[in-house]
Amino acid sequence: MDRLLFGDNQFFGVNHMSEEKARAQAMRFQSLDAIMSVLDAAYDAGVTTFMCTTHDRIASVTDRMRTDPERYEKQVFYPCMPYAHKYANAMAEEGMFGAIRQFLPDGGLMDAAMRGGRSLAKKDIEGITTLLIDAEMKMFTGLKTPVVFLQNVVVDFLLGMGFTDAFRIFAEHVATRYDAEPAFITMNLPRLLDALDSVGIVNPIVCSNINKIGFRMSGGIDSYLDALHNRKFRAIAMSVYASGAIRPEEAIEWVAGLPNIESIVFGASSRANIESTVELVDRYWHS
Amino acid sequence: MVNVGVIGLGKMGLSHFSIINAHDNVKVVGVCDSSSYVLDVLSKYTGVDTFSDYEKMLESTGVEAVVISTPSKFHAPMVRACLERGLHVFCEKPFCLDPADSLALAKLASDRGLVSQVGYHNRHVGAFAEAKRLLDLGVLGKVSHVLAEAYGPVVLKPKGSTWRSRKEEGGGALYDYAAHPVDLLTWYFGRPETVSGTYLGHVFSEDTEDEVFTTLDWGGGLSGQLSVSWSDESHRKMTTRVTVWGTNGKIYVDRQEIQVYLRDGVEAPEGYDTGWTVRYTTELSDEVDFYVRGEEYSAQLATFVKRVEEGAIRGAADFVEAAAADEVLYAIANNDRAGVRPVATGETTDTTPRRRSWRERRAARRAVRAELKG
Repeated sequence: MDRLLFGDNQFFGVNHMSEEKARAQAMRFQSLDAIMSVLDAAYDAGVTTFMCTTHDRIASVTDRMRTDPERYEKQVFYPCMPYAHKYANAMAEEGMFGAIRQFLPDGGLMDAAMRGGRSLAKKDIEGITTLLIDAEMKMFTGLKTPVVFLQNVVVDFLLGMGFTDAFRIFAEHVATRYDAEPAFITMNLPRLLDALDSVGIVNPIVCSNINKIGFRMSGGIDSYLDALHNRKFRAIAMSVYASGAIRPEEAIEWVAGLPNIESIVFGASSRANIESTVELVDRYWHS
Repeated sequence: MVNVGVIGLGKMGLSHFSIINAHDNVKVVGVCDSSSYVLDVLSKYTGVDTFSDYEKMLESTGVEAVVISTPSKFHAPMVRACLERGLHVFCEKPFCLDPADSLALAKLASDRGLVSQVGYHNRHVGAFAEAKRLLDLGVLGKVSHVLAEAYGPVVLKPKGSTWRSRKEEGGGALYDYAAHPVDLLTWYFGRPETVSGTYLGHVFSEDTEDEVFTTLDWGGGLSGQLSVSWSDESHRKMTTRVTVWGTNGKIYVDRQEIQVYLRDGVEAPEGYDTGWTVRYTTELSDEVDFYVRGEEYSAQLATFVKRVEEGAIRGAADFVEAAAADEVLYAIANNDRAGVRPVATGETTDTTPRRRSWRERRAARRAVRAELKG
């Protein structure tokens, strides 16, 4: 994995500090061209991995990149699935099974019908889960997706219930069908590591908030530091700036001093901010 | 260790199950729902004991506290059954559709010495709590007006088949969405004396309202307005916000931040200045032990568990407080377009001209052209 991964919150009006800022960003990134110009800036600054949700709009990004394979030769995607809001809204409106049905691939695929039908009948989530994964992966056909993430809302929801078999099902399907490394985003790092251990997922890639002020590091910053020092996993730090509560220089210097971190994922809306993050990482993060 | 039973496994029930199941001091001894499919999947993959009849669960599991997230019309009978068995109750919002039930159950909980709480999670949002603190300090001076809003993308097309779209089951934007800003209003300012000028608007739904607009009056010169729509997809998810105006300035607050404007010469509390002060959720929220979908959802259940352990009968959003919100919601539900006064039709005041027909417009254009030529 690269040291710096480019995130996508800024494109979809996600801002943990301010709804006003979130709305301004949603307006600014209304057009695909506006998104592409920021992605191009990241690419040109050497940040060629895009860690993105499976939001419908990402499909237009991948369409665009497929039309110019030379320009985006080094482009890598780390899909993060599912884009949970579409399921949550559908679930409130249609109920659980209506929502699942709505997102299953249609078109009378024999495979889908078999896996889905058998799965519903046996109360076996394996078939349904793999179908949903395939539906979400469709937009990345023909592009490089060496790592595939399960989003934190789903990971933590399953983790709380003790529904840990789902992690194994996800990991196996991603590895066998997509030849990709399964990865997990969480707000509860130490607890998730225990759960992944318990279903035999060894040395997992796990992305979680890691920042100097302990923002959304549930279980406490000390338990995270303990995990970084003592557990075997491949850590990706997100929210290193704690939504802007920490100065960039201070934030990067602190994270760069921690053991066992492979990558930082960050979001930015301008070429200047991308370049300054790249510069800070070069300055403070020595291998 | 508190033995908890979870009744109702829809969207909120599953979320509560996940969060409370991860609590170190809780053992979930049973879950209950009418869908056997959900029960079978949970039983198979999580090992939790499942029940299709909640009374059987209460009888057989040694449950001490329950989390109820069923459709709203079932709240009153289920809460009553649980209280009568001596169980502490966390119930989703809105509490009861009939405020007579709310008041009776609040009394029953208090008589039995039981902990009660309703799922008004905004009580546990750092920014909303900070606004409450500032208002209680009297920072704004005499408050004259409050605007409470909630917008989000729930019903975006003309259909829907769950209880949320059925009025008699407590569906609709009033109970689903407006309940949250109404709870903030009663938390901040107590129960208003009247509601008036209510408009329950339809955007896509036939049977229920998608919009709620109303005017509230607390007496003593404090008025408020409520503006709610669950058919506004310009918001990525539900957005609740409150703006308060007083003689000393103004407070704007939402889940993410609080913006306070204080006039020159006002004595600002610690951490605030005259002019604008903005504080963000990053500094105002306490961290939680287990996070699924926002600190407030974890914090409200952690608070409930702690209150059960400590036997703290009164507390944030208990049945007594939730009953006040129910009374306001009930008043709004029964005020739709009541006391409507028609606006003068133009027979007496000729201010809005009737739109002219195309013949008249053509004649007028010809007349103008003729005049220009002439």
